[in-house]
Amino acid sequence: MASGRIIINEERCKGCGLCLEACPPGVIKVADHINSMGYRPATFYDPEFLCTGCALCAIVCPDAGITVFRNKPMARQKVIMEVA
Amino acid sequence: MVTFPDEKLVYERPEALADVSTHYCPGCTHGVAHRLVAEVIDELAIREKTILVASVGCSVFSYNYLDVDACEAAHGRAAAMATGIKRVNPDNVVFTYQGDGDLASIGIAETIHAAARGENLTIIFLNNAIYGMTGGQMAPTSLIGQKTSSSPFGRDEHLAGYPLRIVELLAELDGTVYSVRRSLHDARHIIQAKKAIKIAFEAQLMGLGLSIVELLSTCPTNWHMTPTEACDWVRDAMIPYYPLGDYKVAPELMTKTNRKHSAIGGAR
Amino acid sequence: MVKQLLKGNVAFAEAAVRAGCEAYFGYPITPQTELLEHMSRRMVELDRVFLQAESEVAAVNMVYGAAVAGSRVMTSSSSPGISLMQEGFSYMAASDIPAVVIDIMRGGPGLGNIQPTQGDYNQVTKSAGHGDFHPIVLAPATVQEAIDHTVLAFELAQKYRTLVFVLADGAIGQMMEPAELPPMRDLPTERPDWSLTGADGRDHNVITSINLGALNLENYNLHLQRKLREIKLAGETRFEAVHLEDADYAIVAFGTAARASVTAVKMLREAGIKIGLLRPITLWPFPEKELLELAEQVKGILVVEMNAGQMLHDVREAAAAKAPVKFYGRMGGYIPLPADIADEVNKMIADLAGINVEGSNGHLS
Repeated sequence: MASGRIIINEERCKGCGLCLEACPPGVIKVADHINSMGYRPATFYDPEFLCTGCALCAIVCPDAGITVFRNKPMARQKVIMEVA
Repeated sequence: MVTFPDEKLVYERPEALADVSTHYCPGCTHGVAHRLVAEVIDELAIREKTILVASVGCSVFSYNYLDVDACEAAHGRAAAMATGIKRVNPDNVVFTYQGDGDLASIGIAETIHAAARGENLTIIFLNNAIYGMTGGQMAPTSLIGQKTSSSPFGRDEHLAGYPLRIVELLAELDGTVYSVRRSLHDARHIIQAKKAIKIAFEAQLMGLGLSIVELLSTCPTNWHMTPTEACDWVRDAMIPYYPLGDYKVAPELMTKTNRKHSAIGGAR
Repeated sequence: MVKQLLKGNVAFAEAAVRAGCEAYFGYPITPQTELLEHMSRRMVELDRVFLQAESEVAAVNMVYGAAVAGSRVMTSSSSPGISLMQEGFSYMAASDIPAVVIDIMRGGPGLGNIQPTQGDYNQVTKSAGHGDFHPIVLAPATVQEAIDHTVLAFELAQKYRTLVFVLADGAIGQMMEPAELPPMRDLPTERPDWSLTGADGRDHNVITSINLGALNLENYNLHLQRKLREIKLAGETRFEAVHLEDADYAIVAFGTAARASVTAVKMLREAGIKIGLLRPITLWPFPEKELLELAEQVKGILVVEMNAGQMLHDVREAAAAKAPVKFYGRMGGYIPLPADIADEVNKMIADLAGINVEGSNGHLS
């Protein structure tokens, strides 16, 4: 099973919330802090490694603020085993 | 940016999109449309020969966000200005980016005639059923019953007539080679929209005639909704009146419409 | 080159072709349609760009597009069409791009008629649509000047990156006279580096007329005003002086009104009146210096126009009250006859000498 991660560019984010809605495992949340434009940016919070790198968040983002990575399956298994 | 070993970059912002904050409202799908156009420009590797004709509306500064040669047309005149550019510089890829007021109201004559002449141009048409920049007035694409700042009791067909379905109209003209409607209200539809935008640019590269992609878009601010509610309104209220689909596809483009695209998002 | 019998409108068009016009966009409107028709044949024959647009609104925006793409482009129209194009002219003025416009005036306001008038002098010399700008304006009086001014218009447009109008009344567009066309010039092989050609190996060029912020827009306007001043100071003013060396009185007129006035001058000279004609050729830059000198020299100036008095005000301002400036104008497309003009001169002379004269038909002061 693949896993992934995203990087959200907080300074581009306007807190529109579309990525939250689009994310299937729900690993995007609204941050507690505000960015320099005064918005509460989206933030990636995935303690259980649920992100699959599907990139639906990046696809809906109107500010092209999300970069998406996907791990190869063997690498993820290795990470889980090392953490465990 | 740190990357881990065995990790694959799946999506990053396209190069043709300037790395700046835009003035668009949070959740406004202009941002999505700009991004899709930039991705297509990257994938087709046409940045160095593309010319954007920007229009008047919320997207008046689109040339600050797309890294291509660009000019600003008078309100409604983008199709005529683009005609002038393409006729004298036929090797450039010339596209207009217009909202519903610009294209369907003041610019309807120039739009229809560019299509009638079969100008080898691409039109990206953002339909959000309202005049955004000027503060939320009724557009020719506003729905019956829709309340706007200039139809406060809801659009009344006896007073203001019926909304215009542009891609159906233009599909009737012999010079139109690709006339389709897509939507930007969720990820699945955004992916389909991108494919259509790419075909529209390919139609120009093939020298076929006029291509137009109508993109149903949101205006959370003037619809007085959250971005998510606005996406739902596109799905629930706009699509029934503005059905998604392909209203004209020239035979030469048929194989492209059936082609499966493997990339999601950026140029990887 | 040999002289040919040419219709004014055809002369304008062929001169543009020979001057290196690369693209023409227009719309039929009397009395200039022959210009469009000639271009529809010649530009296509020469594999250049021609398009009859769906309206003057569309045509001027096609011109705007071709101009930002760096090509040498022209349009033509007549009074109501020029009104439609004014939006485009304003945008072009605010984009520092060259373009040539041939304006063949007809009767107005409104739909008016198709007769020749000079009723758009103000429209064209005082503005290029809304905002603080106006084009260079050339005013031919013969078919030969129609040719020469069109060639000059393309040169001035490129030199100053500005709009240049060639302003004529319908009579000049329609008349046939012998004239000489220049040889065909080569088209430029490259587009200017400010133009839109695709950002290949350079930063993207953006041509826009929007300038947010009061100080930003003021700075841009100051740049436009500097451009206008530079054109004036560069000596682009042109005029013709006929029999002015020893003149006691002068007529000031342009275009067809000047032609009738020249004959009136001859008639009056034969009758012993020392009178001459100052004919502005550039309506902007206006020959202010020459007019001031004239006003200091003569006892009275009669401005003759085919309108209600438009250049009249520029003459009065330039004359700085050094001489009385009277006016004879006809509207609706009536061309003043030399005899009419001579009568008015005689009335002016009598007026100025203190002799009472009955009001005349069509006389405005």
